[in-house]
Amino acid sequence: MAPIIEVTHLVKEFGSVRAVDDLSFRVEEGTITGLLGPNGAGKTTTIQMLLDLITPTSGTIRILGKEYRSAREYILANLNFSSPYVSLPGNLKVHENLLTFGRLYGVLNLREQIDRLADFFEIREFMKKLTYNLSTGQLTRLNLTKALLNNPKLLLLDEPTASLDPDIADRTRQLLKRIQKERGVTILYTSHNMEEVEEICDKVIFIQRGRLKDEGTPEELVKKYGREDLNDVFLHIARNQTV
Amino acid sequence: MKWHRINALLIRHLYLYKRSFPRIMDIIYWPVMELLVWGFLSLYIDKLGIGGFNAVTVLLGAVIFWDFLNQSQKSVSISFLEEIWEKNLLNIFVTPLRISEFFVSTLLVGLVRLILVGIILATLSFLMYRFNLFELGFALIPFVLNLFLFGWALGLFANAIILRFGTSAQILAWGFLILVQPFSAVFYPVSALPSFLQGIAYLIPSTYVFEGMREVFATGTISSAHLWGAALANLIYLILMTTFFFRMFAYVKREGKLLKLEG
Repeated sequence: MAPIIEVTHLVKEFGSVRAVDDLSFRVEEGTITGLLGPNGAGKTTTIQMLLDLITPTSGTIRILGKEYRSAREYILANLNFSSPYVSLPGNLKVHENLLTFGRLYGVLNLREQIDRLADFFEIREFMKKLTYNLSTGQLTRLNLTKALLNNPKLLLLDEPTASLDPDIADRTRQLLKRIQKERGVTILYTSHNMEEVEEICDKVIFIQRGRLKDEGTPEELVKKYGREDLNDVFLHIARNQTV
Repeated sequence: MKWHRINALLIRHLYLYKRSFPRIMDIIYWPVMELLVWGFLSLYIDKLGIGGFNAVTVLLGAVIFWDFLNQSQKSVSISFLEEIWEKNLLNIFVTPLRISEFFVSTLLVGLVRLILVGIILATLSFLMYRFNLFELGFALIPFVLNLFLFGWALGLFANAIILRFGTSAQILAWGFLILVQPFSAVFYPVSALPSFLQGIAYLIPSTYVFEGMREVFATGTISSAHLWGAALANLIYLILMTTFFFRMFAYVKREGKLLKLEG
């Protein structure tokens, strides 16, 4: 499989702090890959470099086979991002937000696309509401709708089920699996919920102190570390123990 | 540059104007109140018959022109701050939107505000004080264009400072223009300034516009020196401010501070 993301010897320094330290990994097309690590491991900095919001100190990032310096517009037109910590403008109505972002991505037949996604994510009933009046679950569905407006080839999801109740979180996971299956979207996923990662990720990448600690399928890692589940593997790695 | 992305942000800001009382106030309430104060003061000065000039023409022309500059600068700064307040910078900068497209959209928001304020103030000043802004004739176009561009350049500067120092510097969005006002000969000629300040005044593009406006009202002719002076100074400011903004934008991306602006 071709890599959708190819990160090579990526380094990010903030003054004397090396937040990302010679990180290299690949995310294959059509997979759901978990980017895991304890707090401060460098996940957010890595995601922000993947989104071109932070300029790397050195190293290369290739997304869809291209680099930002020469193909920023192409990469971002084929990528999208969603995080419960990043809300859409609360003072716009739901449909206004979707129209704005659809126009920013230059989506053809935008209203039809919004209609299709509104049905898929069951958000039709609150399309006329102001975004700041939505519940957490509704906001998550709206964020995911926005994230699929441009039919992205790559979706970066930052803890998409954080702060959701177990029912909505489960429904969100099912939706993500459906999106990946039906649309063939590649998903890079961060989460602290190892049960969830084990359920939906084809592969996980563990980073610690900005470096790649390990990678593989959840089953491979559980077996390799001789633990009961991925949560145990996470604890084991986070506490800096060796195999 | 892609029009659909510029249009997307223009419409995004216009959505807000439909239902935001503070934004409507910014276009109607403050400019109208200012016009009333200066309008009545002008009538009073005219009644006193001091100064040997038409106070209504000179002062109201200055008030309206100053508001054009104000609207232009604010539209750039407030549109940028709007994205920070709404924590929307990440959302928009992970789309293919270019920073230049973002600023063209704010320029268009400014143009819409300027047209609305222009219509309101020109109508009111004519109805209440018999002041006809269109007496400026052809000169009105280059004058307004120069004020608009200078406001844009100042807005870019304020935004660059906000990028560098965060939202604690957002007071610049409202207060920066006030710093320019005393030296820009808005309500009095440059000759009224102390001689050491006159040189500074001519470094400011709006000074040429206000001097030119008074000249047109006094003599009915337009001096090309004022028009060229304003255009040249604006060109220099636009180059400097745009470069400064892009440098600050590269700095915050390098330092990972873009999203920290959102608090």
